[in-house]
Amino acid sequence: MAKVEVPKPDELSKIDYTPPKRGWMDTTVEFKPGTWCYGTRPKYVEAVDLPNPREWKPTDEDWKLPENWREIILEGIDDRLRKYRSFRLFMDICVRCGACADKCHFFVGSGDPKNMPVLRAELLRSVYRKYFTASGKHLGRLAGARELTYNVLKEWWYYFFQCTECRRCSAFCPYGIDTAEITLMGRELINLLGCNTDWIMGPVSNSYRTGNHLGLEPHTVKSNIEFLLDDVETITGIKIEPTFNRKGAEILLVNPSGDIFGDPGNYTAMGILMLFHEIGLDYTWSTYASEGGNFGFFTSNETAKRLYYKVYSEAKRLKVKWIIGGECGHQWRLFHQYLDTWHGPADFLEEPVSPTTGTKFENAKSTKAVHIAEFTADLIRHGKLKLDPSRNDHLKVTWHDSCNTARGMGIFEEPRYIIKNVCNYFYEMPENTIREKTFCCGSGSGLNAGENMELRMRGGFPRANAVKYVHEKYGVNMLAAMCAIDRAALPPLMDYWVPGVRVCGLHELVANALVMKGEKERTTDLRGDPLPGKEAKEDV
Amino acid sequence: MGILFSFFAVIILVLFVFVGVKVVKLQFLFGIIIPYAAVVTFIVGVIYRVVKWGHSPVPFRIPTTCGQQKSLPWIKQNKLENPSSTLGVIGRMAIEILLFRSLFRNIKTELRDGPKLAYGSDKWLWLAALAFHWSFLTILVRHLRLFTVPILPFIPLIEGIDGFLQIGVPRLYMTDIVILIAVAYLFLRRVYIPQVRYISLPADYFPLFLIFGVALSGVLMRYFVKVDVVAVKELTMGLVSFNPNIPEGIGIIFYIHLFLISTLFAYFPFSKLVHMGGVFLSPTRNLSNNSRIVRHINPWNYPVKARTYEEYEDEFREKMKKAGIPVEKE
Ligand code: SF4
Ligand code: SF4
Repeated sequence: MAKVEVPKPDELSKIDYTPPKRGWMDTTVEFKPGTWCYGTRPKYVEAVDLPNPREWKPTDEDWKLPENWREIILEGIDDRLRKYRSFRLFMDICVRCGACADKCHFFVGSGDPKNMPVLRAELLRSVYRKYFTASGKHLGRLAGARELTYNVLKEWWYYFFQCTECRRCSAFCPYGIDTAEITLMGRELINLLGCNTDWIMGPVSNSYRTGNHLGLEPHTVKSNIEFLLDDVETITGIKIEPTFNRKGAEILLVNPSGDIFGDPGNYTAMGILMLFHEIGLDYTWSTYASEGGNFGFFTSNETAKRLYYKVYSEAKRLKVKWIIGGECGHQWRLFHQYLDTWHGPADFLEEPVSPTTGTKFENAKSTKAVHIAEFTADLIRHGKLKLDPSRNDHLKVTWHDSCNTARGMGIFEEPRYIIKNVCNYFYEMPENTIREKTFCCGSGSGLNAGENMELRMRGGFPRANAVKYVHEKYGVNMLAAMCAIDRAALPPLMDYWVPGVRVCGLHELVANALVMKGEKERTTDLRGDPLPGKEAKEDV
Repeated sequence: MGILFSFFAVIILVLFVFVGVKVVKLQFLFGIIIPYAAVVTFIVGVIYRVVKWGHSPVPFRIPTTCGQQKSLPWIKQNKLENPSSTLGVIGRMAIEILLFRSLFRNIKTELRDGPKLAYGSDKWLWLAALAFHWSFLTILVRHLRLFTVPILPFIPLIEGIDGFLQIGVPRLYMTDIVILIAVAYLFLRRVYIPQVRYISLPADYFPLFLIFGVALSGVLMRYFVKVDVVAVKELTMGLVSFNPNIPEGIGIIFYIHLFLISTLFAYFPFSKLVHMGGVFLSPTRNLSNNSRIVRHINPWNYPVKARTYEEYEDEFREKMKKAGIPVEKE
């Protein structure tokens, strides 16, 4: 399919925030090129038994929906109202104060009023009112109610797939209304008619079959990792030999698969392997549970649950004691808030204790899954790592709090502690753009496709803008984040808005600084760039 | 359209009472039947709403975490913004409900030339909301004077604080002024901020006009168009003791005030005003963030069809063997 050109930054940043004259109920959706993702191919829908597989395009007049599509949706709403208090409550209590409006990166970057979280939610709320509340049934538009029409459905599709479910709006809402929760429901409803995007369904079906998004078969998982380790050997002189699917290992590592597939995630995976090798951790990498991320979450709760079956079942099969999870955003939202509820109790595992430091991870007592940043911060705190931060002196680093680990679990200090120990130059972005107020990369929740690049650049604008600030002020040239989507999505964003800033994961920085036993003198960092002070030597 | 419609709706309500009381002399209807009906609607309606919310389970623990999690012992947890215990949750809810913590966080995003985004603190909405809700509550409590014999001891105290300015007779209550200003502000921001105007429905303007009407009629009655307070108390005491009667000589303005309040009460459960009850139940705020510490049960959790390891190995066994990855079945 033809590539959609993205307008140049100075054009894209001319954003008009004045809403149209006509009311929002009277404007029909317009599919602007570059802002939406391709509709899903039938084979992916079939692969996970979701309904209505067919060839279709979102811009088609006719979406080839089942005859009774309206009933399906309305029944779907009813069902979810009964199952989720969050949904029912959030349908009822919004006062439309607008506090959430300019908190959404998509609104800030596009000016499209339907990207204001409140209005995004009203798209669904108006239908809810019409069919599920007395006032909406009787008063109609006066009560903010409207009928469910084909156009409304298309509008849902368009705008629910323009929400990265980052929850920034929720942090500012006086009632904690979480528009992410609403778009999740909205996406579930749309999925009842088989209308997802290709970029989501492809990874879902891959994940189901091979255990990871990318569809890497077991031998490829292994060879990809071995390939990375060749590079590690070249740089450090150390040969690392991890194990795969090994029974009886103490720890199972569940990592995002993107990190063993492409730059710059690769370096993060290398970093983790180097760290584990250095401390002599008894762990194994599973080819079956070879994905932490879960694109199922962007289709329905049930699909998400189906994809995560592999986590505990693999831990059980391999008879490990506990789990370490890698640097991945949605993985951690789900590990933290859903995994145990879906597939627990994990009573065949043990409460996690670091074999190196003896630290009990009390906060992972039930789930038995420790975040790698928690694990590494603890190692550093106990002086178990020999670190030479000056090896990162060519990097001026800033930290991007990934939305899911920020607003879904509140992990702020651990990564900062690590960075401060492995880098000499660390600079925070402005206060209103970090921690719980962090801005999304603009490509989360399955929006990191190629065809919606304009939307991504718009959505990532606030993030990029904050990076630009520290880039100009302190010369920041490296943006670190602990999410695999970030590592995939932020590089194009930086190239577009803030050229000169690269993207890395936390453990790439750790590994650069890590002085390993028996290593040869390093002359380059993991990327093959000369280390500070070593450039001159090479010239001689 | 929403603005005018809501405005005239309230005007019509006022005219309705005027005609009803002044012309048709339906004091009994407006003084007794409607208030009773409104209170019943309010109570039944709110209970119905809350029970309905409560009926839907909270399958997953999904708090929005706005501070550092509980993790390693040497990392300081933010116990209020990211509570892991019930006590923390109570604290979080208290600052949320009493002080509107999340609104206090509000910032304004602005696009400047460059292009650069700038963020400024924006506390006006927070201030107005706080002023409005607290004044409303104080006024409500002050009104208990009309419903209790003897007057509960804390009422004069609150009146004393509220009226400490001591201007004129009857003394001026601050909350009377504050609520009018706050409601006016909330209305004006709806009209003047283009985005907020765009999202506003008739259902947003109507309660503002209604509450303004209630406050204004109250103020008029207290300071300008005097009514017979003794008679009013007789009526309200009659109502609460279920022995209602209509004393002579209460001015029309009182009936208008009473009717607008009745409308507000009756409208309450069917509108966004139920956020008052809902805020307590919001799962992103009222749950502790301890989902990795203790298991949280989803009452409708059901088994799903999954791809098992056995199926996986069956498909890839030969490739796995070739790559030297251990398999279950040779
Ligand atoms: S901040 Fe909350 S209550 Fe206000 S408009 Fe947004 S979702 Fe509604
Ligand atoms: S969850 Fe994020 S992307 Fe979605 S509406 Fe809220 S702020 Fe916007």
